[in-house]
Amino acid sequence: MSDIPSTAAKPAYVRPLDLKHGRIDLTHGAGGRASHQLIETVFRPAFAQTWPGGWQDGGDDGALLPDMPLTPGTAGGKLVMATDAHVVSPLFFPGGDIGSLAVHGTVNDLAMMGARPLYLSVSFILEEGLPLSELQRVVQSMARAAREAEVAIVAGDTKVVERGKADGLYISTTGLGQCRPGVQLSGRLAQAGDAVLLSGTVGDHGVAILSQREGLRFDAPIASDCAALHGLVAHMLDTGAALRVLRDPTRGGLATTLNEIAVASGVGMQLDESAIAVNPTVAAACEFMGLDPLYMANEGKLIAICAASDAERLLNAMRAHPLGRQACHIGHVTAGPAGQVRMRTTFGGQRMLDWLMGEPLPRIC
Amino acid sequence: MKYVSEFRDPQLAQQLAQAMANEVHPDRLYRFMEFCGGHTHALARYGVLDLLPSQVQMIHGPGCPVCVLPIGRIDMAIEVARRPGVILASYGDTLRIPASKGLSLMGARAQGADVRVVYSVDDALQLARTWPDREVVFLAIGFETTTPPTAVAIQTARREGLRNFSVLCNHVLTPAAMHAILDQPEPVALDGLVGPAHVSTIIGSRPYEVFASDYHLPVVIAGFEPLDVMQAVLMLIRQVNEGRAEVENEFTRAVNREGNARAIALTDEVFALRDQFEWRGLGSMPHSALRLGDRYADMDAELRFALSTRVVPDHPRCECGPILRGHKRPQDCVLFGTICTPDQPTGACMVSSEGACAAHYRYGRHQADEVAA
Ligand code: SF4
Repeated sequence: MSDIPSTAAKPAYVRPLDLKHGRIDLTHGAGGRASHQLIETVFRPAFAQTWPGGWQDGGDDGALLPDMPLTPGTAGGKLVMATDAHVVSPLFFPGGDIGSLAVHGTVNDLAMMGARPLYLSVSFILEEGLPLSELQRVVQSMARAAREAEVAIVAGDTKVVERGKADGLYISTTGLGQCRPGVQLSGRLAQAGDAVLLSGTVGDHGVAILSQREGLRFDAPIASDCAALHGLVAHMLDTGAALRVLRDPTRGGLATTLNEIAVASGVGMQLDESAIAVNPTVAAACEFMGLDPLYMANEGKLIAICAASDAERLLNAMRAHPLGRQACHIGHVTAGPAGQVRMRTTFGGQRMLDWLMGEPLPRIC
Repeated sequence: MKYVSEFRDPQLAQQLAQAMANEVHPDRLYRFMEFCGGHTHALARYGVLDLLPSQVQMIHGPGCPVCVLPIGRIDMAIEVARRPGVILASYGDTLRIPASKGLSLMGARAQGADVRVVYSVDDALQLARTWPDREVVFLAIGFETTTPPTAVAIQTARREGLRNFSVLCNHVLTPAAMHAILDQPEPVALDGLVGPAHVSTIIGSRPYEVFASDYHLPVVIAGFEPLDVMQAVLMLIRQVNEGRAEVENEFTRAVNREGNARAIALTDEVFALRDQFEWRGLGSMPHSALRLGDRYADMDAELRFALSTRVVPDHPRCECGPILRGHKRPQDCVLFGTICTPDQPTGACMVSSEGACAAHYRYGRHQADEVAA
């Protein structure tokens, strides 16, 4: 404890959830601190009892299952299970659609645990009135994404709800994957001195979606970065580098994901803004709308935290893979203040990088 | 749109910082108010405050449309949103402003009111077309920048014969707020003003000339990019040093003296001045806001739904008022960062990312560490 400077900055006080009178509102789903609080207050205490010791505090997106050889004769790395629901609107956007997103999302959750994705199950909630042609487009896109990622879609379910009760179509996917023996990754494992690496530009997916919703036109179209990352991860694991954390910065963006890791590991972080790549069109769109790319969602990027001595090697390996070509070293883990992410701005000033609050919204004035 | 990087050049920033350091007189204080929340945000987000000489003190002004909306006006929006058949269309930030009885528009929505987030007034018009059997009320807020689009929407609704569209108008006027700041019983000591960016693209620089002439206050209009703000501060330092008080324009790429004649004409055509309007923190001010003009009275939600405003006091310990008037800083509020956070705001300054408290909470809290260390 003593190496962590005492902090006079007000800690991030979170008012307890009012379980008696409170109601769910949109912030609880936006992926920021409110989502985190809902999980910690409502879900974790209830579900942890179903599997003592199973729920860990890394905030990881997948769960490690006890050892069991999946197929006779395999070495028997740990199994990993992950699940994800997708409610994106619009259903189709430049660079992807809800179908490919539903496959990539779960594949990536497994990959971030260091696992190779094997099986997926899928559940659809369809809204009365959804054109069949749209459903077919989505399903075919899912199938293509699954083939490319080499995962099998092995089980499914479909429900239809009345018109007005869903936004066209929602998809949940659950995935099962298997770790290489000996691999252990978690948001709890970041240590002071570690390097923080990022696989490419940030904000592309979030801005692609928002610009569709807003009907904004930019010189160059902004496409989502939606992609399956397990290939890149396998490549990184091959280096044998001392990897501690892998995480894909989806909702809440880079800033929120780093805050989650800082809290789970009880460490601080110091970043360098000028090292964080932002596609110029995304930067311009964010400027126009008054948004910060560091808080915009990504669907094909990962954050890696590793021992500083391995950073160079890992970075080179990432850059040799098509999904990591723009990988860079964006900062390092500090002993404290615990849970605080700070950033040296391109201007040479210091600022805090806080969790996302609410949803990213365009400016009013 | 490829123009961002040139306004974020770190070398230029260092040069500007150096120029400021060279030019400030070591034994005097330069107190500048940035009127706009957009400037407050840029100062905090890019760490610009770290680069200013210690003699320069930035004071946050009232220029955030979310922050200046008083509780009574939100209560009014909640009241109309709860009426059967009504869809209230609102910008997202507005949903989180705390209202009376622990409620907000978001809370009202969770309890069943039909409140929809829109990204522009056009989305609200589209809702009215989609739901002809419902009453769509657009909660219009903002300074002069957002007024012309509201005017266009009102005219479009009239042309299309959309009878189910109305506007709950909270458009406010920048110069009125500046007068209120400078005329308060205990005015803040100011040496200069960073003038609004987007607002000035509409109204031009001329409306600020009175502040230079009558109050002998230097004004520099600046864009929202961090280098814009730094350049403006340097220009203010120079005016102070030379004893000048003029309106200068750093934002010439978007602002001229006369403003946008078409937008001004449009606003005049659709809106009329309110006799009085209450601002959070500044109280009731004459001729400081707009309502729908008589020709468009049928689309004024206040008339259509017979709504009236009540004056509701802020949380007793909230310092939003003194902050908006430039008398206090966010960290002076006992609720800051404990009871009042961006996730659960008590006051309006903690809601929008352009609010002074939210900007300090998100970007500046670490400074308290350094002081303590
Ligand atoms: S911290 Fe909250 S309550 Fe205090 S002045 Fe700021 S917004 Fe108002």
